[in-house]
Amino acid sequence: MEPVLAVAVGVLYAAGLYLMLRRSIVKLILGLALLGNAANLLIFVAGGLTRTAPPLIAEGETRPDGLFADPLPQALILTAIVIGFGVLAFSMVLAYRAHQIVGADDLDRMKGTDT
Amino acid sequence: MTLLLVLPVLIPLLTAVASLLAWRSRRVHRWMAMTGASALLVSAFALLKQVSERGIHALQIGDWPAPFGITLVADQFSAIMVAVTGFMGFCVTLYSLAEMDRPRESFGYYPLLMVLLMGVSGAFLTGDLFNLYVWFEVMLMASFVLLALGGEEAQLEGAIKYVTLNLISSALFLAAVGILYGIAGTLNMADLSVKLKEPAHRGLITTVAMLFFVAFGIKAAAFPLFFWLPASYHTPPVAVSAIFSALLTKVGVYSLIRTFTLLFVGEPGYTHAWILVVGGLTMVTGVLGAVAQLEFRRLLAFHIVSQIGYLLMGLGLLTAAALAGSVYFMMHVIFAKSALFLVSGVVYRLRGTYDLKKLGGLYGPHPWLAALFLIAALSLAGIPPSSGFFAKLALIRAGLVDGQYGIVVAALGVSLLTLFSMIKIWNEVFWKKAPETRSGGSPGDTRDRRVSPLSAASIVLVCAAIVAMGLAAEIFLSLAVEAGRQLMEPDAYVRAVLGEGR
Repeated sequence: MEPVLAVAVGVLYAAGLYLMLRRSIVKLILGLALLGNAANLLIFVAGGLTRTAPPLIAEGETRPDGLFADPLPQALILTAIVIGFGVLAFSMVLAYRAHQIVGADDLDRMKGTDT
Repeated sequence: MTLLLVLPVLIPLLTAVASLLAWRSRRVHRWMAMTGASALLVSAFALLKQVSERGIHALQIGDWPAPFGITLVADQFSAIMVAVTGFMGFCVTLYSLAEMDRPRESFGYYPLLMVLLMGVSGAFLTGDLFNLYVWFEVMLMASFVLLALGGEEAQLEGAIKYVTLNLISSALFLAAVGILYGIAGTLNMADLSVKLKEPAHRGLITTVAMLFFVAFGIKAAAFPLFFWLPASYHTPPVAVSAIFSALLTKVGVYSLIRTFTLLFVGEPGYTHAWILVVGGLTMVTGVLGAVAQLEFRRLLAFHIVSQIGYLLMGLGLLTAAALAGSVYFMMHVIFAKSALFLVSGVVYRLRGTYDLKKLGGLYGPHPWLAALFLIAALSLAGIPPSSGFFAKLALIRAGLVDGQYGIVVAALGVSLLTLFSMIKIWNEVFWKKAPETRSGGSPGDTRDRRVSPLSAASIVLVCAAIVAMGLAAEIFLSLAVEAGRQLMEPDAYVRAVLGEGR
C-alpha cells in the first residue's frame, strides 16, 4: 500500500506545482488545494500505515493493548484539512475580488506592485 | 504564575471575541483594542520579568504529561519576543486609533489585529511543532485579511502574491512536520531534541531540516525567497505595514532559531553553513534592492529583507555570543523598522504621497518628525550610541571570534549601504526644498494635514525604546546574553518541559 500512496503523493505535488505555474488565478488556487492535500497524504504515509485495531483503551488501563493504529497522524490531518479549507475559501474570495477589480484572470496582468 | 503563560494568548483572543459581539460599534472596537493591547503589554512584561528571574517556565495544557499533551514554554528568548510583541501591539494600536480610516475600522480592523497578536504570541510560546503550524495559520489568516482589507487594486494584487507564497510555505512546513513525525514519533520540541540526538537517520533528519529551512525561510523572507515581501508590504495602510514588518517575518526567524538550536544541531557543518551563506546573500540583495528604490515604503520593505540577513548571521555562527547578538538585533530591528514605517505614514498624511521625488521640505515645519526619523534611521544604520550599533557590534564581534570574515565584511558593507539609503530618504523628504508642483495639493483634497497627538505619541514611544536600548544597552544585552546561553544549552529547556527525570 505504501508505494501506491507514495506515488499518489508525488503525482499530487507535481500536478499542484504544475497548476501553480500556469497564469490563471483559478488554476493557482486549484494548485494550492492539491498541494495541501499532498501534504496531508504525506503525513498519513509518513505516520505509518497499520491495519490493526483502533486505539481504544480498556477500562482500568492507561494504554491500549497490543498493536494499534496510530491516531495522531489522523488528528493532525484532520486539523490540517480544516485549516486548509478555511484558507482555500479565503483565497477563492480573494481571487474573485481581484478578478472583479483588476478585470483579468491572468497573473501576468497583476504586476502593479512588483518592483 | 503559570497563568502568565496563557495570558498573552488569552487576552487578545478574548478582546477579539468581545469586539465581535459588539460588531456594530466602532467606538467599542477602539476601546476594546486599546484595553486589550494594554493588558497584553502588562502581561507580556510580567512574563518576561518572571522568566528572567526564575528561569524557563513550561505549562502542560489540561495536565497531560509532556510528550502527549499540548505544551506552552517560555524561555528567555520567547519571553523577550512576547514582550516585544506586546509593546509593538500597543504602539500600533495607538497609531491606528489616529490614522485608520472609518471603513476599515467598521470592517473589523481591531479584532483582526488582536487575532494577529494572538497568533504571534502563540507561535512564540508553543512547545510543539504541530501547534507552531496551527499558530502560523492563525496569524496568517489574520494577516491575509488585514492585507486585503480595503480592497484597493494594489492591495489585492499584493495579497495574491502574499497568500500564495505563504500557503506554499505552510504546505512545505506541514510536509516536514509529517516526515519528522514519521522519523521520531513525536512532535514535542523538547522530546524531539532528545530523540534527534541519536545518530540514527542522520541523513534523513538533515533533509527534513532543509525542508524546514525553506518553509521558515519563505516566511522570514530570506534570500532567494523574499520577493513576495516587497511586492505586498507597501500596499496596505501604514499601521498594517508596521505591525507586519515588526512581527511576521520575525516569527519566521524565531522558528528558524528555535528549530536550528533545539532540533537540528546534528550536522551544523552543513545546515548552519547554509544558513550563514543565505544570511549573507539576504543582507546584500535586500540592501541593493533598497538602494534602487524611490518610493518610501518600498525602500523600507527592502530593508526588512536586508535586516533579516543579520538575524540569520547570528544563527549561522551558532555560538552563544552570536545568538545573543541575534536576539538583541531582533529587538532593535523591530523597533527601528516600525518607527520608520510609522514616520512614513505621518509623512503621507502631511503630503499625500510616498514618492521621494515629490516630497521635500518637511524639516522646517516639522522638526520633531525629522528628529524621530533620524533616531530610527541612524539606529538602523548602526551609528553609535544607538541600539543598532550595539546589535551590529555584538554580531560582528561574534563573527570575528568565529573567524567567519566573509560574513563580517558583508555585514559592514551592508551597514554602509543602509546608511546611504537612509540619508537618501532624509535628503529627499526632510532636507531638500519642496518641489513646486506638489501632487499632494490636488484639488478637492480635504485631508486633515495635522499630525494627530496619538500617532505622534506612538512614534515617540517606539523611538524611546530605541534610545533606551542604546543608552541602557547593558540591561538589554544581559537579557539577550541569557537568551543566547539558554539557546545554546537546550538541556534546561528539555528539563523544564519533560520534567526533572529526563
